[in-house]
Amino acid sequence: MDNGILRALRGLGEKFTGRIWRLGYASRFFLAILLHSGTSLRRIHLTIREIYFTGVLSLIIILVSGLFVGMVLGLQGYDTLQRYGSTEALGVLVSLSLVRELGPVVAALLFASRAGSAITAEIGMMKATEQLSAMEMMAVDPIARVVAPRFWGGVISMPLLAALFSAMGIFGGYLVGVQLIGVDEGSFWSQMQASVDFRQDILNGVIKSFVFGIIVSWVAVFEGYDAEPTAEGVSGATTRTVVTSSLAILAADFVLTAFMFTGT
Amino acid sequence: MSRTTLDLWVGFFVAVGLGALLFLALKVGNLASSSSGETYAIHAKFDNIGGLKVRGAVKSAGVVVGRVSEIRFDPEAYQGVVTLQLDARYKFPRDTFATINTSGLLGEQYIGFEVGGDTAMLKAGDTIKKTQSAVVLEKLISQFMFNKAADDGGKK
Repeated sequence: MDNGILRALRGLGEKFTGRIWRLGYASRFFLAILLHSGTSLRRIHLTIREIYFTGVLSLIIILVSGLFVGMVLGLQGYDTLQRYGSTEALGVLVSLSLVRELGPVVAALLFASRAGSAITAEIGMMKATEQLSAMEMMAVDPIARVVAPRFWGGVISMPLLAALFSAMGIFGGYLVGVQLIGVDEGSFWSQMQASVDFRQDILNGVIKSFVFGIIVSWVAVFEGYDAEPTAEGVSGATTRTVVTSSLAILAADFVLTAFMFTGT
Repeated sequence: MSRTTLDLWVGFFVAVGLGALLFLALKVGNLASSSSGETYAIHAKFDNIGGLKVRGAVKSAGVVVGRVSEIRFDPEAYQGVVTLQLDARYKFPRDTFATINTSGLLGEQYIGFEVGGDTAMLKAGDTIKKTQSAVVLEKLISQFMFNKAADDGGKK
């Protein structure tokens, strides 16, 4: 009896210290990436290759989902706004919700599952097939050669993808609101321009997506690098990437929103 | 290092992404219209500012000429002190009349300038003397009801 309780407690403590240990290791890994990112900037084609894989290949999913999210916002927003007889504010509703929240957050969630998981799987497989060890044997630092370019590729792609998502969503809202339902086009755009502030709304959205880019890329490369070098380990690491980065995005979004959009 | 089709795609991606940002800044946001040029500060005291907000518009003849930059409470006069940042291109006479108006029935509130005839112009840091407070809808309605009741009482 006593033994069982003791074992349970010990297991709990082990899990907890394990988490802390991983957090510390991840932070040290983050610093190592920053220290080694000189190489990925000097050999820019490495980073460009990663921007292609994480950014360009994510374009389709980002653009299509942005369009649909915007169209749904247009429909739902119109339905609610017409009760108050202020359908002209549809443009404001669509653009503010996209630029401030949905653009950065949904784009980051899609990015985590589309590109983050791929990065983790790739690095994890490299580790499992001992390519990383082989690089070390050849005195090539795998963090500088493999990890840092993927990290920076993700960080650069993310704000661009989020901006595309927002722009596409606003176009979708315009398509449904103005073309389909028939909200006045002039007031749709002019009210939008009157209430969306460049610094307050758009720039803060870009900062958000930049932070999310750092979070997703960091989690993805770390989970890949830290994966157990087996097929199971890689699959577990890929799952953890999606779960951890999605949760981290949502939590960071709350914190950032609290900083950016409270008060007047 | 030679150029590859990969570079073309990445270049396309970066260009389109920056284009989307530009679209957001110019077409969606108000970067183009908000000339972040020279401004000067004017104060105005109101008995009741209603729903006026910081960054609200200041309009004269319906044209935006400035923005509300700060709203304070004056504990001595028990009034709201509103600081306005006006575009330095526009000068207004000293006896300009500042009113708080509402755009539409439920729209947001803004400050409207009705220009007086004084030859001296407002300088930075000046306070507008003549102001009119926001119209509080509830007061208006209760006044109307009161008058209505008084009228009905008089008829009988």
